[in-house]
Amino acid sequence: MNPLPAARVMDRRTALKWVAAVIGVSLIRPVVQGAPVPPGTAGYGLDPDLLKGGEAALWPRTFTPAQRATATALCDIIIPADDRSPGAAAVGVPDFLDEWISAPYPEQQADAALILPGLAWIEAEAQRRFQHAFTGLTEAQAQAICDDVRHVSSAAPEFRDGAKFFKRFRDLTAGGFYTTPEGIKDIGYVGNMPLGEFAGPPPEVLARIGLA
Amino acid sequence: MPVITSSRKQARYDVVIIGSGAAGGQSAYTLAMEGAKVLMLEAGRNYDPIQETPMFQTNREAPLRGADTPDKPFGFYDATVGGGWNVPGEPYTQASTDPQKQFWWWRSRMLGGRTNHWSRVALRNGPYDFKPYSRDGLGFDWPIAYEDVADYYDKVELLIGVYGTNENIENVPHSSPGVLQPPPKARAGELLARERGKSLGIPIVPAHRAVMTKRLDPATLPARLHPNNPKARRILAEDIQSRAACFWATPCGRGCSIRATYQSTTVHLPPALATGNLDILPNAMAREITVDAAGRATGVAFVDKTTGETHHAAGRAVILAAGSCESVRLLLNSKSSRHPQGLGNSSGRVGRYIMDTVGGGLSGQIPLLENLPPHNEDGAGGAHVYIPWWLCAEQKAGKLDFPRGYHVEFKSGRGEPGMGTGTNLEWLTGGSYGRKLKEDARRYYGSFIGFNGRGEMIPNEKSFCELDPTTKDKWGIPVMRFHWEWSEHETRQAAHMEKTFAALIGAMGGRVRNQPATDGARAIKPGGSIIHEVGGARMGERAADSVTNCWGQVWDSPNVIVADGASFCSSPDKNPTLTIMALAWRAADHLLEEMKKRNIS
Repeated sequence: MNPLPAARVMDRRTALKWVAAVIGVSLIRPVVQGAPVPPGTAGYGLDPDLLKGGEAALWPRTFTPAQRATATALCDIIIPADDRSPGAAAVGVPDFLDEWISAPYPEQQADAALILPGLAWIEAEAQRRFQHAFTGLTEAQAQAICDDVRHVSSAAPEFRDGAKFFKRFRDLTAGGFYTTPEGIKDIGYVGNMPLGEFAGPPPEVLARIGLA
Repeated sequence: MPVITSSRKQARYDVVIIGSGAAGGQSAYTLAMEGAKVLMLEAGRNYDPIQETPMFQTNREAPLRGADTPDKPFGFYDATVGGGWNVPGEPYTQASTDPQKQFWWWRSRMLGGRTNHWSRVALRNGPYDFKPYSRDGLGFDWPIAYEDVADYYDKVELLIGVYGTNENIENVPHSSPGVLQPPPKARAGELLARERGKSLGIPIVPAHRAVMTKRLDPATLPARLHPNNPKARRILAEDIQSRAACFWATPCGRGCSIRATYQSTTVHLPPALATGNLDILPNAMAREITVDAAGRATGVAFVDKTTGETHHAAGRAVILAAGSCESVRLLLNSKSSRHPQGLGNSSGRVGRYIMDTVGGGLSGQIPLLENLPPHNEDGAGGAHVYIPWWLCAEQKAGKLDFPRGYHVEFKSGRGEPGMGTGTNLEWLTGGSYGRKLKEDARRYYGSFIGFNGRGEMIPNEKSFCELDPTTKDKWGIPVMRFHWEWSEHETRQAAHMEKTFAALIGAMGGRVRNQPATDGARAIKPGGSIIHEVGGARMGERAADSVTNCWGQVWDSPNVIVADGASFCSSPDKNPTLTIMALAWRAADHLLEEMKKRNIS
């Protein structure tokens, strides 16, 4: 399945991308609203080595130590460890976030313009409310801030921008987490292995959907 | 004869083929198997799916976890290399600044062309689809009927391997007995849709996709395809023994290193090369078709992209298989004293009546599919079922506000996690985070379904392409300028799709994520975005109002054959690839006859 960058403000684009992610190759994948963006030369190019993909993503990273610390704390509040899997920070999501916002593509650059000020905002909010760095807040204190920005459409006007940041940060954290082996196991994806036959849904699945 | 460089080119060939995708691959296969000496020009680089396909790489191993970028618009692992809606140095232009009147032109600069990137959905045009004007007075009839193509559909399906079933649905033809391969079992979401669709009268049946669910039989298949050609039988028998059946893993869009799915590079080119009759010249950008004093083609002038030098390939005949609008571009750029408006353009029809597929889509979330026990839904790397157009009778009775029809492709299921997994859930969760987000992500994973309509566009006067009067590409070749407009026929159809998909999601007990658009102009996808570009050099009965005859031979220069989608007279809802191959095989057979009779020398 193709990956899906969550959208921010463009509803139609969000919908298209979402459908495209579900459907795969036969669908349209507009890269920006209205018109395609010219391929960049600063990225991995039109013809990267698909077998050694990760090695190509060597664009310089962005996070300062302070930004990294805030991002690390926040991604663990969004995806903490539980009895099924580790938290986001333990599986390298902060590094992934840095890779993402550092990429020389329009979408990722737009994310950088949302994420970096957002990290500064949440630090300032921690100082304003609790006179403490975000990284040192108690879980309850951090949640008090996050609860105000958890949902864009229900956030108070003064938290609307914070909520847009939080939504995007949460989606990038989730995408980063669920693409790791630990995240894949947690969410229950089974596949990517050659099989002699395709068995179809097992009986317990058919029973659950009323088609046993 | 092998993959070559310009300096290894022979002095003259029987046939020069421009393009290496579905049309070029099929043409090369048919001609080389029958002994013709063939040169294939490909504008992109050589590509070997056996060596280059990322079969089991995970998104974790890719830049940006495999997400799409302007460099790789369908995600990092998509098979397309060197292509997309924008190719550096090879621009195209739009006549209008209005996004609704623009055409997105997808090109694939690599051996195998767009066949490396397709859904593998392989549907036959039905009898109605070849005679649409006769049925409703819109568009054009083809100069051929379904019966003229039926045997070629059988042959192509046998060669490439297509799974599916014969169902009794109006205008959905049957394949001959023993042609189709067994379809895979349906996935949970597909089964649920099939069951609930019944209440709406919507039939959900096995999809037809070019994925082998069992190996081809070397003892019987070659004899069926090449009854009078022992050499072809031997070559094909040997070749198909190295094509494996699907092993139910990795998405087809990455390509297929085990050659279980159709790409020109997995099916057509290996046996064609094995004949010794085919040279493939990559990095060769065709500039124009050259002609003699009588206006007949003498070969192709092309730019060797590795040196920038222009060379000439000589041939008794030229096959245009560059991709519809690229073939149009070549015709228009081939100006001579005999063809001052471009080759084949005495009728003024070259570039006219370009079409794409009408695209519309809607997604929803299905509570019954939440929290299902983990199980493998990779399957055949694409859809196992689909909805054929099911409302012919209602349409005939005047109950619909649009002509023609659409089929529906959809996907649900527990695919490999990517950057979309566990995201965009606020409409369901109210914005959960923390342990609750992890629970929600598990709950909703695999519970989404997305329906996509693929419908017929009727050719119109406002959708065409022409040479841009000033812009040239980096090789100095004039580029295409596009004019585009959907009509109400298409936008009303897109609105109908939305209503249908909302009803299906409702029947499955689900919720739509976004309300369906009632305005079809908002629902319809941009022109070109479905990448089913056809038309521009349509075939017809008369030289006065068409570009080629019923064999794809250009009226004005009969040793030039349009073998790709450019010759399409209509753009039925059926995806064009299978028909392109069937018509290319038929055109190549006819060309061989004409060469034998010395009508083409």
